[in-house]
Parts: sequence; structure tokens; C-alpha cells
Amino acid sequence: MTLPVSRFQEALEAGEFVVTGEIGPPKGTNLEPVIHEAETYLKGRVVAVNVTDIQTAVMRTGSMVGSKLLLDRGIEPVFQMVCRDRNRLALQSDLLSAHILGIRNVLALTGDHVAMGDHPQAKPVYDLDSVTLLQAIAGLEAGTDMGADMKGNPNELDGVPTFFKGCCVTPCTEVVEPQIIKLEKKVEAGAQFVQTQAVYDPATFETFMKSIDHVKVPVLVGIVVLKSAGMAKYMNRGVPGVQVPEGIIQRMADAPKEDRKKVSAEIAGELVREMKPMCQGAHLMTLGWDDVVPDILANAGLKN
Amino acid sequence: MIVAERKPFDEILEMLAPYKRVLVLACGGCVTVCLTGGEKQADELASQLRLAARQKGMDLTVESDSITRQCDREFIEDLKTDPGQYDAVLSMACGVGVGFMSELYPETPFLPALNTTFYGANTAPGAWAEYCRGCGDCVLAWTGGICPVARCSKSLINGTCGGTNDGKCEVDSEMDCAWLLIYKRLKELGRLDEYRKIRPPRDHRTDRGRGVRRLVHEEMVELEEEESKA
Repeated sequence: MTLPVSRFQEALEAGEFVVTGEIGPPKGTNLEPVIHEAETYLKGRVVAVNVTDIQTAVMRTGSMVGSKLLLDRGIEPVFQMVCRDRNRLALQSDLLSAHILGIRNVLALTGDHVAMGDHPQAKPVYDLDSVTLLQAIAGLEAGTDMGADMKGNPNELDGVPTFFKGCCVTPCTEVVEPQIIKLEKKVEAGAQFVQTQAVYDPATFETFMKSIDHVKVPVLVGIVVLKSAGMAKYMNRGVPGVQVPEGIIQRMADAPKEDRKKVSAEIAGELVREMKPMCQGAHLMTLGWDDVVPDILANAGLKN
Repeated sequence: MIVAERKPFDEILEMLAPYKRVLVLACGGCVTVCLTGGEKQADELASQLRLAARQKGMDLTVESDSITRQCDREFIEDLKTDPGQYDAVLSMACGVGVGFMSELYPETPFLPALNTTFYGANTAPGAWAEYCRGCGDCVLAWTGGICPVARCSKSLINGTCGGTNDGKCEVDSEMDCAWLLIYKRLKELGRLDEYRKIRPPRDHRTDRGRGVRRLVHEEMVELEEEESKA
């Protein structure tokens, strides 16, 4: 077995229950507050921090610079890459650039359609998809890009990157088999870890985990921190593959406004604690509420 | 067939502003079938334009004619009118017809009355939907006859994304998730193995990646040359 390329990979291979966090770069150049939050609440508490890539197709500062600034503060980033905005030339080029900057963890995603964001007139690219992006990354690691020379031989790289490659899956979607088949393809293409879409129902997640027992890569269950009952209802209506049970919505609705963060951290902590035996880690998506992470970890009974 | 929609009336009126004598030219092909650019629609548009011109005090004469197909040289002689005699021709054809007629009548401006929208089929009375994108590298053999290039909003080729929602697409709750349809169809056909295969990225050279696409049957070109020599 080759040596781990990141602390994140090392922790998963050591069999630790691994927690990752997430930051979303802002619209504008003022990235410092987000990085500061990560430094204050995530550093030392989570193994790595995902940096979202133009999340929900709303134009923002990019994930590569966010990843680099985290590295500068001693926080290991997970560089998210979506296929929506760049063709295969730009994706491969950015992967090489990311490696040069010291970025090692990459999460390959399809990416929300431009119709979901604030530039609906933009051209959706999707030259590669999440499966072929993973193949492209594996190709770069093997020393070749996706192109070929005049004789049809693959182009060789002068300096070869290494990555710890991840993908996403939606465990709580209505018809799950096509998701599972696609997950199998992603793993065949080179995915080494999975961070799931938000899960609020441990029973559904348990069934899902049993159905992917044959897929031998670590899975980090996705936890999206609820900010209000309204947000939960909105997700049930509008976010594909996410279902917040009525009981959880009620707990958020019953919480006085000043206690929402506390209740939210309780719910997230309980979910992590309950699903911990089923998977290899948890991915906490706090949507800006980074300060709830310490409480979530405490409520989950994890070392803080 | 090619499906097209009528441009907004005001846009057409603005297009015609520099001209005094205009011919509205219907096309008897696809746009007649999708009830947008046929003889009936051309006559209607011509009379709407005459009325608008009268109301706005514009000096505009509008006549109409039709032709079997605007994308084929052999029907030109059937024209009752000579397009060259007009200041401009408002073509009710798809973009192919407008472009081809512009080549045949270099002296006359041909203006599009329609927006050419997609290759589609008639799915219900009065309704058409897109079935093909003309990508130049057909994948229907392994997708159960349902095109992911045309019918998945992201043109994905390796299966459903996370945006599938109750069988619909994240882009539009009225639009089916193409990959869920493909999955179900392949399952019915006992061909899920096709879904399981990793498909390489599409080759965009066939899909407008290298500019104008052409079809040349060499044997016909040679035959034509021999006949012209003889």
C-alpha cells in the first residue's frame, strides 16, 4: 500500500472516526473572516475542511485560494471541484496548480446546475462528469493527461501530482439503486473516500450502508446543520435527496430563537452519535455557523 | 423534426423598421408541422404586420408566399413571387431555411421570424419536446433509447447526479430526470449492465467542437461530375 498523501487519508486508514468541516468562500475578495472562523472553531477539532466550489452555482471566490489560505494556517483542506464551470483542460490544469500549492485532498462533484444559482444565463459546461473527473485525476497521478500526441500516445507530465480523491453520494434519495451504481463507478474510477449528502434519518442511512457493503471505501455521513424549522421545510421541498423528519423540524420550531444554535448542535450531535457505528466519519456542513462545531462534537461524544 | 417558436411580435416589427416592402415567406417543412411557420401562420403574421403598420403610421407593404422547403434548392422555382423584388424577406423557416435562402438571394436580406429551438417530437396535442441534440455521436444504443445528451439538463453520460428529485430534475420540477428514465428502462430491458459501464467523456469534435459540420457522399459527387463531363 502506498503512503497516505494527507493527514485525512492517514486518519481514515488508521481506522479513526474522522470528522471534516466545511467553509464556503464569500462573494467578493473578503475571504479573511471565513478563514478566521475556520481557524477559531475548526482547527484542531476536525481533520480536514472542505472548501466549496461556487456552491449552488452562486458566483463566489474560488475553492483553490480558500484551500491555500487554510493550508497557510495549518488547516488541511479538501479542495472541492465541480464539473459545471470548467472543461477538461481547465480542470486538469487546476489540479496541477492545486498540487503545486500543497493541496492533496480533492472532492469530485458534478455541481448544481447554473439554473439553481445567480447567473442562470451562464453556459453549463459538464465536459466531464464526476466519474470521468475522477478518472482524469487518477490519470494525472499515473503521469499522463487526457490528451494524446500525434501518434496517439498519452501526453506525459513533467512532474506528477498525488491526491486523496473523494466523491459524493445521496443516500436518502427515493430511488437509490441508480445512485449506488454511480457510486460503484466513481470508486472504480478512483474514488478513495465518500462524503454523503445530508442525512437526517439514521434508519434510512443504515439501510443504505448495508446496500453498499461491497463498496470498500470509507464513508463520512453528511450532516447539514439546521438553522431554523423554515430551513428544514425548505430543504424538504427544494433540496433533492434530503428529507428532514417531522420530529426534528418540531424541535427546531419549539426552540426559542436564542437557543436555536444550541438545539441545532444537539440534533447534529445526536445524529453523528447514532450513525457513528454505521460509517467511518462525519462531514459537518455548518453553512457559516462554524461556532456550533465544538458543541456538535461534544454532543456526539467525540473528543474535542 | 426541427421545432421552432415565433419570435415576439415587437422584435419582428423592430427588425422590419428599415424596410418598406416585405415578403413573409412560409416554409412547408418542419415548422408547418409544429404550427409555427406554415402558410397559415405566415398569412396571420402578414395581416398582423399590416394592421400594426397602419396603427403606427409606418410605410410598410406586406405580402406573403410559401415554399415547400426553404432548405432545398429544388423548390425555389415553385415560388409565386420573386424574393429579389422585396426590400426584405421575413422567413418563417427554421435557421437552416433563413441561412440557406440568404445564400441563394445574396442581394436580399432574409430575416428570421422564428427562434429555432430543438429537434423534437409531437408528444401530445399541441406539445413538442426535445429528443435529440444532434451531437454527432449517438449513444441511444446503451441508454435504452433515451438520450442523456438531449434530455439530461447537464448532458451527463455516467448516470444520475444528486439533483434528481422525486424523479424530476433539479432544474425544473416539471422535467423528468432523464437518467432515472434511462435506469428504469434499462432495468425493464434487463440491461442494467449498460448503466454499470463507465463511459468515457464525450468527444466534442462531433458536436460543433470544430465548427461547421458537413456531410458529403463522395460517390454522388463523382457521379455528378461524370454526368456534367458527358
